[in-house]
Amino acid sequence: MNRSLRPLLATTLIFLFAYMLAVTQQPAMLSTRVLGNFLTDNAFLGIAAVGMTFVILSGGIDLSVGAVIGFTTVLVAVLIMWLQLHPLVAFAVALAVATAFGAIMGAAIHYLKVPSFIVTLAGMFLARGGASVLSPDSIGIEHPFFTAVQKSYILLPGGGRLTVVGMIMLAVFAAAILLAHRTRFGSNVYALGGSETSAALMGVPVARTTISIYALSGFLAGLAGVVFSLYTSAGYSLNALGVELDAIAAVVIGGTLLTGGYGFVAGTFIGVMLQGLVQTYIVFDGTLSSWWTKIVVGVLLFMFILLQRLVFRAGPRRT
Amino acid sequence: MTRPTVDLRPTGQPPLPRPRPIATFFTRPQVIALAAVLLVNWALFPGFFTITWQDGRLFGSLIDVLNRGAPVAILAIGMTMVIATKGVDLSVGAVMAISGATAATLVTNGVPAPVAVLAALGTGVLCGLWNGILVTLLDIQPIIATLVLMVAGRGLAQLITEGTIVTFADPLLIFIGTGSFLGLPMPVVIALVLMILATLLVRRTALGLLIEAVGVNRSAARFAGLKANALLLIVYTFAGFCAAISGLIVAGDIRGADANNAGLWLELDAILAVVIGGTSLMGGRFSIPMAVLGAMIIQAMNTGILISGFSPEFNLVVKSAVIIVILVLQSPLSARLFRRLPGAQK
Repeated sequence: MNRSLRPLLATTLIFLFAYMLAVTQQPAMLSTRVLGNFLTDNAFLGIAAVGMTFVILSGGIDLSVGAVIGFTTVLVAVLIMWLQLHPLVAFAVALAVATAFGAIMGAAIHYLKVPSFIVTLAGMFLARGGASVLSPDSIGIEHPFFTAVQKSYILLPGGGRLTVVGMIMLAVFAAAILLAHRTRFGSNVYALGGSETSAALMGVPVARTTISIYALSGFLAGLAGVVFSLYTSAGYSLNALGVELDAIAAVVIGGTLLTGGYGFVAGTFIGVMLQGLVQTYIVFDGTLSSWWTKIVVGVLLFMFILLQRLVFRAGPRRT
Repeated sequence: MTRPTVDLRPTGQPPLPRPRPIATFFTRPQVIALAAVLLVNWALFPGFFTITWQDGRLFGSLIDVLNRGAPVAILAIGMTMVIATKGVDLSVGAVMAISGATAATLVTNGVPAPVAVLAALGTGVLCGLWNGILVTLLDIQPIIATLVLMVAGRGLAQLITEGTIVTFADPLLIFIGTGSFLGLPMPVVIALVLMILATLLVRRTALGLLIEAVGVNRSAARFAGLKANALLLIVYTFAGFCAAISGLIVAGDIRGADANNAGLWLELDAILAVVIGGTSLMGGRFSIPMAVLGAMIIQAMNTGILISGFSPEFNLVVKSAVIIVILVLQSPLSARLFRRLPGAQK
């Protein structure tokens, strides 16, 4: 079998195994209701993790996504509740701001030649600070459009609900898989992650690709913020605190190599679902405390990092 | 201090006269920045430099800056060494929570305070050792290796405290957080002692040079016969130890261990302090006292924003502005611009 598919396969098997294990403990977890809620509850994380996948594939890291989600929810709330804009207009403005924010970070990373880690750290401070300067308090969003969107869903067999939010996430994953594996931009991202110098020598437009990657991550973080505001009907500067860590964990658990150049968007989807599974199981169990989520996710993260090392050690060395 | 230097300037030029150390200290950008921030604070709040002696200890805003900045300064001491090896330790905030939780839980269960303190320091060392093993033996990127503990660490801390905020009334732990020695608050004394010891250790022995060698090129250092892995293990363990001390101080300060909020985001402050201190994230040359100075600059800005009546969140915006300015100043782009200015290069 193709060696490069191994981590993806491992993630999928572990997810199926964990799900079966959970079902034997809590038979009620095997229903489309639970699966539908998986998609709804983790939609914002999934969308942000897609952007993170592209960034990590290119060999970088984006610490600002959680803060951009928080900022977007506040911006959307301010535009709708204070300026009386239609939610769709507010979404467009928020997405444009988030995309521009990402693009500026990408430009800083490329032209100032500094690690992405520190630039996006500054971005994280700026977005969180900006959000709390806009409004330190939580703003509730009340609009007929919001209620309409929240109430519409597709009924799945077995009583599960595929909400609009869940559908957005699935659409983002589908589009991202095409973008990563079927377009020139996708190939450029992989090339950049493999080796920036070789990519530049091969004629990959490094500046344009780097800026596009971070703009994409910003856009998707913005979209995750829009989804988060639909999910909670509120804008708050401390929303989605620490989501960047969950997103990175999802990407790694999904089998993407942290040094870049190697991985699958589909793996990230399973990584997100696996985290959702852990949370849902803890809720179902009722006796475990919520902090176990963090520990289990940490252990999973460690296992997959270890697995990556073993897979890459076992095969013939390429340098 | 004599260290081997390689002169890369074209031959035939006379060597630059070595400036006197005291003079160079006061023209360092970090010192000027700290002075500027303090002066702005003084302009906003005329009593800023007033220090009074009360109940056998010093009081005043300046002392407060030192006191509040001490935990980050201690983290920055460990972080400087990690960053000098071209690494980074994201887990220090979580390690603070673990160490505080350990000490508090042990003390409330009747364990003598000195044992609890040692146990807390021991857990910090273990956490650092864990990071070091991931970075060396498993050869994982430092950001990712320490991310594992950053994610799981707070969960572990909550496991220790069983999800509650453990409060205590033990005099020794409270003394570490709020006591005073020779008129100075205890956190400041600990930070100063640690800074001096660490600086002496790396600068009076070859350790500092070896750490820089590993940071510049790990493979080359190994080929040159350095035990790079052992050195990295020591450095990460030391960072964990520093984080444990900070955790004890923060717990002693609030007389309780809060697994959720103790040391939250302080790893980022510590990294920022190190970067302000002029240590490059790409490894190599480092300075512990300058990183401590960086921590003081951050705290002086915090205090300034608080006394001028802005909301504390505004701090984040200021911090990001500082990072951006530093990045622009350190980038090769601005170096090229400066070189073009006539008279910029002597």
